[in-house]
Amino acid sequence: MEIQDIIKPENLVYQKSKIQLDVISHYCPGCSHGVVHKIVSEVIDELGIQDKTIGISPVGCAVFAYNLIDIDWQEAAHGRAPALATGISRTNPDKVVFTYQGDGDLASIGAAEIIHACNRGENIVVIFINNAIYGMTGGQMAPTTLLGQVTSTTPSGRTVELNGYPLKITDIISQLPGVSYCTRQSVHTAATVRKCKNAVRKAFRNVMDKKGTSFVEVTSTCNSGWKMTPVEANNWLAEHMFREYPQGDLKDVDKA
Amino acid sequence: MGELRLMKGNEVVAEAAVRCGCDGYFGYPITPQSEIMETLMELAPWETTGMVVLQAESEVSSINMVYGAAATGKKVMTSSSSPGISLMQEGISYMAGAELPCLIVNVQRGGPGLGTIQPSQADYFQTVKGGGHGDYRLITLAPSSVQEMNDFVDLAFDLAFKYRNPAMILTDGALGQMMEKVELSEFKPRWTREEILQMSGSWATTGKTPDRKRNIVTSLELDSEKMEQNNIRIQAKYQEIEANEVRCEEVMCDDAEYILVAFGTSARICLKALEILRARGVKIGLLRPITIWPFPSKVIAERARQVKGFLSVEMSAGQMVEDIKLAVFDAGCHVPVEYAGRMGGILPSPGEVVEAVENKLLKR
Repeated sequence: MEIQDIIKPENLVYQKSKIQLDVISHYCPGCSHGVVHKIVSEVIDELGIQDKTIGISPVGCAVFAYNLIDIDWQEAAHGRAPALATGISRTNPDKVVFTYQGDGDLASIGAAEIIHACNRGENIVVIFINNAIYGMTGGQMAPTTLLGQVTSTTPSGRTVELNGYPLKITDIISQLPGVSYCTRQSVHTAATVRKCKNAVRKAFRNVMDKKGTSFVEVTSTCNSGWKMTPVEANNWLAEHMFREYPQGDLKDVDKA
Repeated sequence: MGELRLMKGNEVVAEAAVRCGCDGYFGYPITPQSEIMETLMELAPWETTGMVVLQAESEVSSINMVYGAAATGKKVMTSSSSPGISLMQEGISYMAGAELPCLIVNVQRGGPGLGTIQPSQADYFQTVKGGGHGDYRLITLAPSSVQEMNDFVDLAFDLAFKYRNPAMILTDGALGQMMEKVELSEFKPRWTREEILQMSGSWATTGKTPDRKRNIVTSLELDSEKMEQNNIRIQAKYQEIEANEVRCEEVMCDDAEYILVAFGTSARICLKALEILRARGVKIGLLRPITIWPFPSKVIAERARQVKGFLSVEMSAGQMVEDIKLAVFDAGCHVPVEYAGRMGGILPSPGEVVEAVENKLLKR
């Protein structure tokens, strides 16, 4: 059988989501962002909500998310995405609004905005990329950086005396009554990618059903910032990050 | 004739917002302007016009909620007083950069820092010279009566949408707290989805439909060549605003040998000083900038050829006086431009203005 005989529509088993744009990604090979973008694109596509969805990109590596996914986007100031999302969602209740934020954006400079948006139960999806480092600015300490972890601003490793403890912001978020779904996922294996997609789909469905805030942390790798190969980063994630940030649902009102 | 009421300036801003078809207000309490949000909560417009009113966790959040809603083509606003407006500067710069229309009301109080809760005009520089980072301008209306507090809400929204730029009403605690007779505006319906699409569909994030490319609202452009082009485009817009939107009022300027320049509350005080000085035979007029950006530089330049001197009367250390000097200089004139005023929440008295005219202009 010739290859041309195999490449036929009826033999199609996988294709890129139509709303994931055909452009070169700016993300480093091995970075979790690309996989999470793929998941978000697929979910929006599968739910048929491209014309209803408004995304908010953060300051950080995902600032250019608007170049990669074919929906309407707003670009927020550092940390302010949940406030933008509040403004959009409140004045456009028919829209599906999501923020896509990193750990510096969400857990440091934007801590007030995320806590209060979640506490009001804003009807939004929050995708939280926690890779324990500031990627875009070159690998500085994040609020979620692990104790002992070496970054460019903790060259001898993070210490409690100087920098306090890793901030488990997702645990705090899960305590807020306005939040209907709060989960920690990862995308470092094929199995966890599938689980993560289920979580993201559930989060978007919740917002379509007006259930309040749905919060998905993706405990992620930043192999460039961590100075590791992609494989080493995936192993380090499972070995060290999961101890501090245990995987799975922290809250699901549907199961309560 | 519209409905007549006796109302505080702050209350009337709330009433005017609902009546002009505003889609949303996001704010945070601060004296002396908290009545704006309190009145809106009393009016409960979400039950009538559908306007959203939300108390945010901070002024930083308020202005960013305004950003989010404005970027969907909605007519939205916030209000605050000086320290809160300082916190909003980041958001204002981002909105100017992303070319988003909105209304910001600044009911000024005395600074710097936490300062006082009494009226002031010391945010002039912050408002018309930048405040936030980058090359941008804020269309700024300065009311001097409760009636103008009402009228300028609708006007500010019109200008903001006409030029896709944030607009500010720059007022102060005296006008916010003072009660006056006001003729309220007629109710205008909020824009429909179709109207928003027609007006702002080419740029607003209204949801990407198959018939158009995705809309992206951002102020970011890492390619400096393109970023310079963005700046050139925005500056051209500002020049258009300067050419078309200057508003000012002149009182007894035609035969004047001297002119007081003052806006807002200061202008009201100057009217009394004018009366006293005219009774003494001094040929003096009042020039009241209504838009403080764009500034009525050309009107001042014209008058500079006629008068023997200007006195800028301000509730600040003398900020607008610099713009008057620039206008006079550009006109190639050498008439004196003096300043008189009080700071830190104190209003100048008409007597103090009269005295300043005598000492700084007449005895010169």
